[in-house]
Amino acid sequence: MTKSSSNSLQPNPDPLLNVEITRDLIEQHGILPEEYEQILDILGREPNLTELGIFSVMWSEHCAYKNTRKLLRLFPTEKKDRDAIGQVLVKAGEENAGVIDVGDGWGVAFKIESHNHPSAIEPFEGAATGVGGIVRDIFTMGARPILLTNSLRFGDIDDPHVKRLFRGVVSGISHYGNCLGIPNMGGDIYFDDCYEGNPLVNALCAGILRHEDIQKGAATGVGNPVYYVGPGTGRDGLGGASFASRELTEESAEDRPAVQKGDPFMEKLLLEACLEMMAIPGLVVGIQDMGAAGLTCSTCETASRGNSGIEIDLDLVPQRETGMNSYEIMLSESQERMLVIVQKGRERELEEVFEKWDLHAAHIGEVKDGDRMVVRHKGVVVADLPAKSLTDEAPVYDQKAIEPLHVEESKKWSPNSIQDLPAEEVENAMIDLLCHPTIASKRWVWQQYDHMVMSGCKIEPGSDAGVVRLSIAGIDKYLAIANDCNNRFCHLDPYKGAQIAFVECMRNLACSGAKALAVTDNLNFGNPNKPEAYFMLKECVKGLADACAFFDVPVVGGNVSLYNENGEGAIDPTPVVSMVGLIERQEHVTKSQVLAEGIDLLLLGGWSEELGGSYYLQTQHGTKEGKVPEVNLESEKRLHDFLIGEINQERIHAAHDVSEGGLLVCLAEMLFGEKRIGASFTISPETFTGRLDALLFGESQGRVVVAVKESNSGDVISSAESKGIPVDLLGQTNNSGVLRLMCNGQEMLSSNLDKLRSVWENAIPDHMEASKN
Amino acid sequence: MRVAILQFPGSNCDWDAEHAIGEILGIPAHRVWHKDRLPSETEAVIVPGGFSFGDYLRCGAIARFSPIMKDLHEFSDKGGSVLGICNGFQILCESGLLPGALIRNECLDFRCLNQLVEVENSNHLFNRNSFGDSLVLPIAHGEGNYRADKSVLSSLEENNQILFRYSGNPNGSMNDIAGIRNLLGNVYGMMPHPERAVASHHPSLDGLPVLKAFLEPVLQSRPSEISVS
Repeated sequence: MTKSSSNSLQPNPDPLLNVEITRDLIEQHGILPEEYEQILDILGREPNLTELGIFSVMWSEHCAYKNTRKLLRLFPTEKKDRDAIGQVLVKAGEENAGVIDVGDGWGVAFKIESHNHPSAIEPFEGAATGVGGIVRDIFTMGARPILLTNSLRFGDIDDPHVKRLFRGVVSGISHYGNCLGIPNMGGDIYFDDCYEGNPLVNALCAGILRHEDIQKGAATGVGNPVYYVGPGTGRDGLGGASFASRELTEESAEDRPAVQKGDPFMEKLLLEACLEMMAIPGLVVGIQDMGAAGLTCSTCETASRGNSGIEIDLDLVPQRETGMNSYEIMLSESQERMLVIVQKGRERELEEVFEKWDLHAAHIGEVKDGDRMVVRHKGVVVADLPAKSLTDEAPVYDQKAIEPLHVEESKKWSPNSIQDLPAEEVENAMIDLLCHPTIASKRWVWQQYDHMVMSGCKIEPGSDAGVVRLSIAGIDKYLAIANDCNNRFCHLDPYKGAQIAFVECMRNLACSGAKALAVTDNLNFGNPNKPEAYFMLKECVKGLADACAFFDVPVVGGNVSLYNENGEGAIDPTPVVSMVGLIERQEHVTKSQVLAEGIDLLLLGGWSEELGGSYYLQTQHGTKEGKVPEVNLESEKRLHDFLIGEINQERIHAAHDVSEGGLLVCLAEMLFGEKRIGASFTISPETFTGRLDALLFGESQGRVVVAVKESNSGDVISSAESKGIPVDLLGQTNNSGVLRLMCNGQEMLSSNLDKLRSVWENAIPDHMEASKN
Repeated sequence: MRVAILQFPGSNCDWDAEHAIGEILGIPAHRVWHKDRLPSETEAVIVPGGFSFGDYLRCGAIARFSPIMKDLHEFSDKGGSVLGICNGFQILCESGLLPGALIRNECLDFRCLNQLVEVENSNHLFNRNSFGDSLVLPIAHGEGNYRADKSVLSSLEENNQILFRYSGNPNGSMNDIAGIRNLLGNVYGMMPHPERAVASHHPSLDGLPVLKAFLEPVLQSRPSEISVS
């Protein structure tokens, strides 16, 4: 123990902070009694209030992953195949975001992060600052951000409060991302009662950079100056990281000051100034975003990574409110700020860049020998802590896991408890599914996002994956991105549900012609102290980790959001999987919609006999139960490889994976393109003995419908057969404007496609426009 | 330099414009910071899209006070060609280089989509002969609702100053106006983004003739030095 740590510190210049650290105060900071004992051991004395605040944010779940750290170690963090494209350059947890290689000396930095709790309280600002935070994580790495997506979850869209949240979140994302000028490629949105009162807002950003330009968040080189750049610090977002690590309650609305306020214009200036500064060779030693836990996190993390000490003086920190004390300055989560360490003697070079952009650049401290983070305010040392104790010594918990009763029960569920669908009800059942907001067109959402800025958008949102050209890097390659997680499956069977999220995401990439490279995940779960919630978390992580290992697609970063509960209990487990893939040539970028007549549609992967967990059960029988569809990783891999191979041979016109809503919804969606066409299908599965509802609306995995020119059909079919992939010719597109379906010799459907399209297109606008005034 | 692309704090289509002019059309184009002077060799100016000064107060209302605007006025007074796209159009209206104003979309939301516009016969550069009857161009704005008083509107109509009209008005603009020019015919402004419709991966190539028409006077001046794809 060093000398300074055994002595108590001088009184804080703000008398309000000179209080006795009582049990109540410790509890209010979310610190357990045994954790406090550990703090006493580390310091060799009692912490003061500022220090207690620092520990509380750094040891919160949000920053320390104390309930998940052990589980996260299950994820593979690099590729086993050292020759494959997409090698990991910066691994998960090492820096602000992971980076993978995409060839030609270029890398892609990407990460997803949640802003669930702030968005539940203040949807516009919560979602906006969620975008701001993740974008900073990316450009901190030295990368130019090139795309955004979101994974959003809301309750019942008919509920006026849910509408308010939905509208607020979408406009917050639109407001912030559009101003930054980073294309937003949409993402995935689900509506389910389990998210009532606790929506999920996960934001993803990807950026591109040269390998040699990767920046580190480390404070090294004793004597190097530490700069604070960006707007002044205020009292907003005080303790946001600890706020995010609690359950939401009725009183949470009173936590509104814990929600930050975003200024996308400021972020745009910061983005440009930082990239300009980082382009100056050898100037920047380390850089870190002041996100969760603001100045606290950025100082102790950079010191810890650099195996250095760090000292800062709060009197030098730009402030936009008067009379702030050390507790407030250290814990503020004011947005759009960065900590930068530069080479001593080159300070003017940094200052000139920030002067150009009219931003503060304040020299607030320096890198020190030793291992301590020392904070001064008004001439007094107000905090003196070993930096690594904050970043590396947070307690790690192995929580108790108990399988919830419904998981076992769902496996015993039999569809015999419900009647099969009569043929004359097929059209109505399909329409009910097409207007379920999870399945309905999300145009209302993504039309509010600028998805074309930066001139790279190749596939507009709404297809299986978002695809952007890497124009800004000057290369003719395409980055594809898909998000996925069907909470219904995760609720019923967390291990399989998480694997389904993974394979569906990968299948979406394959449908777009992209080879999957790496994953970023956002684990949204309930309170880990509740054994049932922890069980779901643990099983989902295992399922995901096993899928990652099987496909050799590593996790390069992500986020954990726990304590997602409302008065009714935990949300369904929602391990959002976001996967990045690469398409080498423009001709291989494939859409999900068919744009011509005379095109054959083939089902790859066979017929569905499974009904468990489907949206059909939800819309027709109002139930979320059943045995989750089987997942076969081997046959998924065969299917994905086959698809990419056929796309590379330019034999695939369009491809769409069969997921929510099953086969018939998949077919309808493929026909909703700009060109008005029709199609006639004849389904007569020879071996099929099951139910009509499962056949048309079941959500069996490992299936894709491909659209193929008639002249290529034979080749594609025989190629699939030779690889052991079930393949069935469903029918052909025509100019009738009608979707016609014959099944086992009986006409099941003859629907006007314009009518179906309008049901699907208007479902969400109808909900939202009606509530506007 | 031949084409100057103004860069204000908050501009975000500056790279796109530079890419379209410089790399696709092959005409030397460079970004010029709003605190700098307009280079003397400038032959045309593009005021790009984005959120200059965060669109605070009103879109373009702060940018009009930027140091470079003095040079821009001088440049256009001498007959220099100026094109404002999206936020650039808003800046040109705020600074008085073009008449009228752009207010919040009637639907109140931001709109990003591929928009069909009808071409008007405006002058020897912007007309149906050069462009065809209609174009598909991306739009992406929250405040593209063109407004002007009656006399301004009728003089725009009488003098053929309207370049494009929306087919299916996305924002509530008066007379479906998507783009206009000044009376002299050297200052142009439009909400759609021609620079986002110039490459094979874009939704259309309809931006190419628009940019070429605008740059025609520059191309005419020293055609031997310019390669246009």
